[in-house]
Amino acid sequence: MNNVLVQKTPGRHNVLEDFADAIQRCVRCGACQAYCPAWSAGRREGDVARGKVAVAAAMLAGELGRGAELESAARQDISLCLMCGSCTCGCPNDVPTAEIVGAIRREVAAEAGLSAVGVGVAALLGSKTLMRGVAAAGAALAPLMMEKVPESSGLRLRFPLDRLPAVGERILPAPAGKSLFARLPERIEGQPGRPKVAFFAGCAITWLFPQIGEKMVEVLVRLGCTVYLPKGQGCCGMPALSSGDGPLVSRLASANVRAFAPLNVDYIITACASCGSGIGEYYHTMGGDSAILAKKVVDFTVFLEEEGVCERLAALPRAVKRQKVCWHDPCHLKNRGILAPPRHLLAALPGVDFVEMEGASRCCGLGGTFSVHHSEESLLIGEKKVEGVQECGAELVATACPGCVMQLETSLCRAGLPARAVHLLELFGEAELAALAND
Amino acid sequence: MSSLERRLAAVVGRNRVTTTKTDRLIYGFDAGRGRFLPEAVVYAESAEEVAAVMRLAGELKVPVVPRGAGSGLTGGALAVHGGIVLSLTRMNRILEIDTENLLAVVQPGVVTAELQAQVEKRGLFYPPDPASKEFSTIGGNVAECAGGPRCVKYGVTRDYVLGLEVVTPAGEIIHTGGRTLKNVVGFDLTRLFVGCEGTLGIATEITLRLLPKPEAKKTMLLFFSSIDGAAESVSAIISARIIPATLEFMDRATLACIRGRTEIDLPEECGAALIVEVDGCREWLDGEAARVMAVVAGRDVIGSVVAETEEESERIWQMRRAVSPAVREQAPDCFNEDIVVPRSKIPQMIRRLETLSVESGLPIVNFGHAGDGNIHVYILTDLREAGMEARVDALIEQVFAAAVELRGSISGEHGVGLAKARYLDMELSPDTIAYMRTLKRALDPDNILNPGKIFLRGRDDE
Repeated sequence: MNNVLVQKTPGRHNVLEDFADAIQRCVRCGACQAYCPAWSAGRREGDVARGKVAVAAAMLAGELGRGAELESAARQDISLCLMCGSCTCGCPNDVPTAEIVGAIRREVAAEAGLSAVGVGVAALLGSKTLMRGVAAAGAALAPLMMEKVPESSGLRLRFPLDRLPAVGERILPAPAGKSLFARLPERIEGQPGRPKVAFFAGCAITWLFPQIGEKMVEVLVRLGCTVYLPKGQGCCGMPALSSGDGPLVSRLASANVRAFAPLNVDYIITACASCGSGIGEYYHTMGGDSAILAKKVVDFTVFLEEEGVCERLAALPRAVKRQKVCWHDPCHLKNRGILAPPRHLLAALPGVDFVEMEGASRCCGLGGTFSVHHSEESLLIGEKKVEGVQECGAELVATACPGCVMQLETSLCRAGLPARAVHLLELFGEAELAALAND
Repeated sequence: MSSLERRLAAVVGRNRVTTTKTDRLIYGFDAGRGRFLPEAVVYAESAEEVAAVMRLAGELKVPVVPRGAGSGLTGGALAVHGGIVLSLTRMNRILEIDTENLLAVVQPGVVTAELQAQVEKRGLFYPPDPASKEFSTIGGNVAECAGGPRCVKYGVTRDYVLGLEVVTPAGEIIHTGGRTLKNVVGFDLTRLFVGCEGTLGIATEITLRLLPKPEAKKTMLLFFSSIDGAAESVSAIISARIIPATLEFMDRATLACIRGRTEIDLPEECGAALIVEVDGCREWLDGEAARVMAVVAGRDVIGSVVAETEEESERIWQMRRAVSPAVREQAPDCFNEDIVVPRSKIPQMIRRLETLSVESGLPIVNFGHAGDGNIHVYILTDLREAGMEARVDALIEQVFAAAVELRGSISGEHGVGLAKARYLDMELSPDTIAYMRTLKRALDPDNILNPGKIFLRGRDDE
């Protein structure tokens, strides 16, 4: 039986050699320049996918060293990738550069240690002091809160207390008093005949934005679903993947397989695009039980649209006072082709006037641990992103990834714009929730 | 730190020079087939820096190869004789959009589509639209005199360049043309530099002519049972005094490549297709579209799609954009040549290509900007087969010979660069080539600027 999780093996990570054919497929046309956020910040060949694939090809051909021997300039190029996958979307030959970069990072980290991956060597362009003040930032993130966050959480990679950029540069989320798991039971019984779903919350929703998770569960409950929130679930592994920490990704994948396998649910719902990409897409490349788990993963926007939520919302009377809202495509939804469902949901919300912004599918610049190691580039990419928000005049930028919300908030604030960033679920009020009920 | 790196660092600062193995490797290619490692890569941020690099290179007798997006197909950005690759991607500011005089002033690293988006927001229009416009730079477009589908009506890059700031091989900064449409003072150096493939000077500021943005457009997709019907329709449309904004052609082999990859149903019996787009005043377009349909009627047309909405039009263009990647997947190696013939000779050229494909036993896929006579000839092959390289070379030479015989050209928009240098004498007489080389030698006696391009032998033949 292909669909039964038997908890044997989490699967394995691909190594650079596995991508030999994919690397050959790059015809060096340069089209990735039109899509790559890192290119837009630096405009060096090493920033863009074509350059990174050339580094990979040179490694395979023995022209550049491998692992710990990889030239520092090449490491810098490999480090300067948000792993957003935008390049692959625009690539005529579907070269999976983010996966290739991941394989090189794991190779370097395994031989030279994790710090060899993320830490940029002396930056080539401009004078960059990547890491500035640290002390104040630590306070902003409430160390007390961080004590509760597991060692393996991606939050520790995204917000390493000793490496945070100075406060004022970046909006950090206010810590939540109680995590999502302290607020909700592990199982909420639904109506007979309705889907059995599990919610994969992910670190940001669990620890920083539990109110989004609560809203998600509330929506699912109103739809009559039986909802599981297994406490054994952990980080999806994306930040670890971005850091080149293959063994940690494997451990997390195993834990998640253990947490979700016994539930035998119809779907595993995510409300964080990156988590969805991690457990839905990356686990798929690992094979084994991780790949079986991956098959059940559905983004909430897709699930809600299939459940007819758009029609029910559209049937509500339009609110008198509406907000102008635009949509930001998280890279990890865009890359999975999930473009229409969130737009349909937004357009159907009675209190929303949906407007399309220019560059909606452009990366926000967060890129997992990229914003930690390449703060300056990250902020530059964010600057370009919010130009579209300003032009379309939206009051809110809605998205479906907590990471994007944080980065967009930072960029909007730095640009002095009045617009705010929100998670799409935050736009569901009591009237909207009531419309979902099945009876 | 090498002495070259040290000297360059003194000019642009340490942060904008690199000589690492990694950077030399990844700046060793462009979108074509060649690979040559430079000794150093420099990122320039001003005309003064470009000039200083040229002066230093002249002193050290080291080649300089200007580079934009590296999206050229003929090797124009390759460091054939080593030296310095001078990246202009960081000079990417749109300096001015003058809505009163309809012109824009840009730095060379501005991406073509970005300029187009910005001017279109102001109701203006920059027509040249090479397939790579989403990532190619204006500097590269100027150096290669880039074309694109819209050239049938609007002309090529040279028709939009009013003036240039150019760094000469000697490292001087000169200015050509200006901000006016009329200007006959002195030689027309602007036209000399457009299409010079970076061998005579480096454009560091470009003044471009803009047009008002056409109010509307209408896209038609026409299916033909025979290739002759389509080819003759191209000539017939033009000779009926209709100049569409674009007039794209796809042969049977092209359609076979994209069948199933597009939302549009392509009939099996379809031997060729044309995409015709007319633009202008909204009221005028229906009549113009009807005239096109009347002209092609009776020429083996077996079906047509006339887009009534923006989405329908987009579906047709999506089909056209699917062509290049689909064709490239058909064979391990693919040679893309961009011959051009007078428009009335399109039917003859297409027939000639069909014969050549049969004779050589190598599949040829033809599509492209038929409206201006520019046909993209894709030769599909596998170079791992013994003797294949020679067979392909022979076929390419025959394709070029046919284009020249019909009074066309071996390159419509990709340039000569490295890839076509050895065919130059098929089209140009010895005296013409000698004249060009005299010019190059006079302006760049040490052959510092982009050596090894256009002409067969580069720096070592002086």
